[in-house]
Formats: sequence, structure tokens, C-alpha cells
Amino acid sequence: MNPVYIARSKDVAARSLEGEMMIMSAHNSTLFSLNDVGTVIWEAADGQTSLEEIVERKVGAEFDVELGEALKDAENFVRELAAHGILLLADQPIALSSATSKEHS
Amino acid sequence: MSTLLQEMNDRALKAGIPLGVQVDLTYRCNERCVHCYLDHHDYGEMTTAEIVDALDQLAEAGVFFLTFSGGEVQMRTDFFQILEHARSLLFCVKVKTNAFMIREKEADRLRELAVESVQVSIYSHRPEVHDAITKLPGSLKRSLAGIRLLRERGVKTIIANVLMRQNLQDYPGVIALAKDLGAVYTIDPTITPMMDGDRSILSLGISQQELRQVFRTPELVGNVEEFCAPPKPADGETLEELPCSASHTFCYISPYGDVYPCVQFPLPTGNLRTQKFVDIWRHSPQMKAVRSIHARDLPVCSTCAHVGSCTRCPGLAYMEGSMRGPSSLDCERSFARTGVPSANMLAKKQEQEARNNKQVGWTQLVQIGAAR
Repeated sequence: MNPVYIARSKDVAARSLEGEMMIMSAHNSTLFSLNDVGTVIWEAADGQTSLEEIVERKVGAEFDVELGEALKDAENFVRELAAHGILLLADQPIALSSATSKEHS
Repeated sequence: MSTLLQEMNDRALKAGIPLGVQVDLTYRCNERCVHCYLDHHDYGEMTTAEIVDALDQLAEAGVFFLTFSGGEVQMRTDFFQILEHARSLLFCVKVKTNAFMIREKEADRLRELAVESVQVSIYSHRPEVHDAITKLPGSLKRSLAGIRLLRERGVKTIIANVLMRQNLQDYPGVIALAKDLGAVYTIDPTITPMMDGDRSILSLGISQQELRQVFRTPELVGNVEEFCAPPKPADGETLEELPCSASHTFCYISPYGDVYPCVQFPLPTGNLRTQKFVDIWRHSPQMKAVRSIHARDLPVCSTCAHVGSCTRCPGLAYMEGSMRGPSSLDCERSFARTGVPSANMLAKKQEQEARNNKQVGWTQLVQIGAAR
């Protein structure tokens, strides 16, 4: 399977509220709340690290999960966010100009 | 409010996080609206660097919703630099502007920077009425052109229609304009006093009878029956409620770095030039004082039939004399909605009657004296 790279869209507002990431799409003002696993994936979505690496290095390190299962769930999760324009998905590293470049609290 | 937004608000309230902040970048303005509550001088606005630092602090404190307003935000030549920084910090940004200075380049930037919405005040569909209110010839034409450019780029735009005596009859025209432009239409039927306490501009507002009519117009308020429903009796839970978000999940920052509980709540709580935002937010005695108010603590309003449904603004109450007192403008709104007078209105009426009786007594005494 091709690797999946993810980057945060620049067309969102986001803030961590007590460990959960609140994200609002600028396209339609829809508000999303990510749980702790989703937040880890969101924060690691730098466009340069593949989803597989993120799941292995971040999710696997912080949560008690079976990696194969976690990767499958993560793929569904990122595709859903991509459908709402919150994440950018590609099969190769993503240039930062199309995504948010700054870390946030 | 969506369930998720309500949940977010509840969590922020519990954790003491300022979820929303309005920053007025300047009080300078190219318009001179007859009802404006601000003066338009520059007494030493924050520099770009000071605002950038303030925004960093707000992000650190957990602020999510950020409104940039004024004055006219584009009077600052560094506006887009500030906006760019705010968006890099991932704030959900709303911009309030008169849109007079929005040309293609500015509309492009607002789209690129993915602001949540742009709010523009439009007073009438007729230039002679709108421009007479803004005192800027050609302002309606330019503001509408700005809105059109934003809508062409898919930027969510809100037309705010302040209703006054001189433009009340024009709201259908403004609704039609909003529809034509694909903008959201909102009304604000209340004129508020100037920040220095001058209440003379209140005379521009619509009458009680006109307000009653506005509140019974479905196009303006939605479900009239629901909106104008008589107040429900207050229970223990109602009396525990907080008056509003001021100092709880919201605050306001002036162009000079002064931090206030809300936009029209001129109680200084600290200044960003000498203090950290988070210290003001958490430890200012004034913020704590506002935060400590519950409906049950309001001497007049806790006994009022409207206590559970009134839009009582503690800032307007503060400007009227006490942050724990009634806000007469909100009493009038509640009365116009429901036909039920507020406790404040009843008390004032009783006072007036007592004064009248005293005067009658004195007059009689004088007459009797004169007859002797």
C-alpha cells in the first residue's frame, strides 16, 4: 500500500481545550472535537511524516493499541477529516505552503 | 448554539479559559456614525509588536474565538500583518469592518487568511439614509462593493443592521440586499450609551412601541411566539445562573492594551503594557468581582419575572450605576418582548407615583395656606 502523508489545512482554526483539539473549518464553520488519539495524529500532521510512522512513533508510544488495527482506524480518521477539508492527504510529502506551518497551544 | 459549541463553552467556563476575546485595534474610523459609542482619537495605540505579543499571550491562554474590531480596522496600515499573525496562531477570526476599504487585494487576503466571517454594518438600502448615518458620502456604495468582493470569494459575510428612528422603515430593503449578496442578515435594535457615559445618543433609538413591532416581525426575530413568550417562573437553578460570558469566557482589549470584562463594560481590569494577560484574566480583583455575580445576588433583578430570560447586560448596568443593578435598556427589551414590566420598571413607577403624591400634598398645603 502507498504511504499516506497528512498535513493540517491552513483553512482551519484550532485550539487545544484541556487536551482535546477543537477544530473549526473555515469553509462552513463546522466545529470538530478530536479525542486524545485524534489530537496526537493532528499535531503530528506536518506533511513530512507518513501516517504509518505517526501511528508507530506517536500513537503506539502513547497509547496501548495494536499497531495494525490502529493504522486502519487512523486511515479512516484522516480520510474523514480530509473530506471536511481539515487535513490534506497525499501519497508523497506535502509542501508546507498549503498547510499550517506553526505549532499552536 | 450547536451541542459541541455549548459543550466547548461549558468546559472553558469550568476550566476558567477565555474562549473568546474582542480586540479593538483602533478607535480611529473613516466614518462618523451618528450612534457610535466611541470617540475616534488615537491616544497611543498598541504598536504592531505589542499586538503580536498580545496575540501570542491570548493563544497561550487558550483563546479560540478572536474578533478584530474598531473603529475601522483598516485604518491601521498593519492590519493584514496582525491578521496574518493571528491566523498563524490558528485563532477563529471574525473581522468587523465597514468594508469601505475592501478592494480586490484586501478581499483576496481575507479569503486566503481564512477568516471565519466578516461583519459589516449596513443601515439602509438607500444611500441618502445610510450615508447620512455614517456621515461619509458614498459609503453605502463602497461598503456594498466590498461585501460583493468578499462574497465572490466565498467569504462568509454578515450584514448587521442597527435599527434607529431614521432607518427603521428600511430594514426590508436591507434584508433584500443581504439576500441578493448571499450575506447573513442580523439586526440590533438597541443603541447603547457612549463609553464616557454620555447617554444623549440613546434618543436616536426606536421607541418602545416600535421595538414591540420589531419583536413581532418574523423576518427579524424568527419564531415570534417563542421569542415573545411570557417569562417562566424562576427556580433555584435560574438564580444560580451567570449573567453572561463577560469575565467568564470572554473579555475585551482596547487599542491601548486595557483589558475589560466586555466591549461595553468600561471597568478597567489591567493593561497589557504592564501586565501579562493571564495574570489579569486570573487575578484581577475586578475580573473576580464580575465573575462572582450570580442572578441571586442582583438586588432588583433577582426578584424580577424576567430573571431567567432577560438579556441583562452587566456592562450597561455598570454604566447605569452598578454592575449588580438593572440595565434599563434590557428591561425595555424584555417589556417590549413580553408586555410584562420588569421589577425595575415597577419600582421606578412606584417611586414616580410616590414623588407625584408628595408634590400633590405640598400643592394642596400651599393652596390651603393661600386660602386662609
